[in-house]
Amino acid sequence: MVKKADSSAASPPQNDTVEYLLRLGDDRLVLGHRLSEWCGHAPILEEDIALANIALDLVGQANLLLTLAGQTENAGRDADALAYLRDGLDYRNTLLAELPKGDFAFTIARQFFFSVYSMLLADALRQSAIKDLAGIAEKMLKETRYHVRHSGDWMLKLGDGTEESHARLQSAVDELWRYTGELFLTDDIEQRLVERKVAVDCSRLEAGWREQVNGVLRESGIKTPEVKWMQRGGRIGRHTEHLGHMLAEMQILQRQHPGAEW
Amino acid sequence: MAEDSQWPLWEVFIQPGGAAPHEHAGSVHAVDAEQALQNARDVYARRGEGINIWVVPTAAITASTPEDMGPFFEPGNDKPYRHPQFYKVPRGVKM
Repeated sequence: MVKKADSSAASPPQNDTVEYLLRLGDDRLVLGHRLSEWCGHAPILEEDIALANIALDLVGQANLLLTLAGQTENAGRDADALAYLRDGLDYRNTLLAELPKGDFAFTIARQFFFSVYSMLLADALRQSAIKDLAGIAEKMLKETRYHVRHSGDWMLKLGDGTEESHARLQSAVDELWRYTGELFLTDDIEQRLVERKVAVDCSRLEAGWREQVNGVLRESGIKTPEVKWMQRGGRIGRHTEHLGHMLAEMQILQRQHPGAEW
Repeated sequence: MAEDSQWPLWEVFIQPGGAAPHEHAGSVHAVDAEQALQNARDVYARRGEGINIWVVPTAAITASTPEDMGPFFEPGNDKPYRHPQFYKVPRGVKM
């Protein structure tokens, strides 16, 4: 059975491909920004650099995806216009990506959940009928494989580490779990693109994701939470209270000094 | 000297290209070899510097001391015939 998101509240019908590219781009832009908030604050210097590297990978992917979205839309918006001049309601990222960075365990667990999803997605997206998108997916796959390795290793270290690290990771996983369902929620927009062989049916990624994530949770001694209700809304612009604050900070320069460059 | 309160130190060696030998790049802190590899990658190889990385626990390295300098290296200074360039290549040998 294919689960579908409620898309009735979506803004006026747009080009499906543009909408899809915004989803992909916004996930990575928002998560990349969240990750960049660690810069100068990570537990040790080496991890500080590692998190900044991953953040830059994600922002780089977002740049490519939003550039392609702008070109496809053909309304004169480039990646910068899409990133810095859209309001929260027009953002299409999952709620998972926008949650505040929390403690280190929260950041790692979120990164691991997203990276495994993104790796499976990128792998399948390499077959996209849109050549440019297939090319971006190829690059994404390489980078994301490392993100999975890095965050996966930390999952084991925190889960199987001290009493405190274990407790923090378990509580992060408990809190994050209800935001993972949205990653695999497909809708009419995506299904139309799947028929055209442009997009990947994300609901088909769920089984592989669960297998891989549950394996690491087991090995880390972390219990998989039982959740009856999964949060959703990001794909149609219904966000948590946190996105607005994040965008305010991220966009302030372009909003106050339009067109500023350095 | 204040004790290093961080994780154990590892020395990082990176192989820059195909047939080149690994070169010392620097050091990183890590709790185990896998983490040392990842940290080395993130700190020293994120701009495409190499094709292979070695990490070695710093504690596993035995180094010569400054006092060893005389007995270790000076005897070589007055023996130029130990360099291959000391010898003339006989005529007729193709280089």
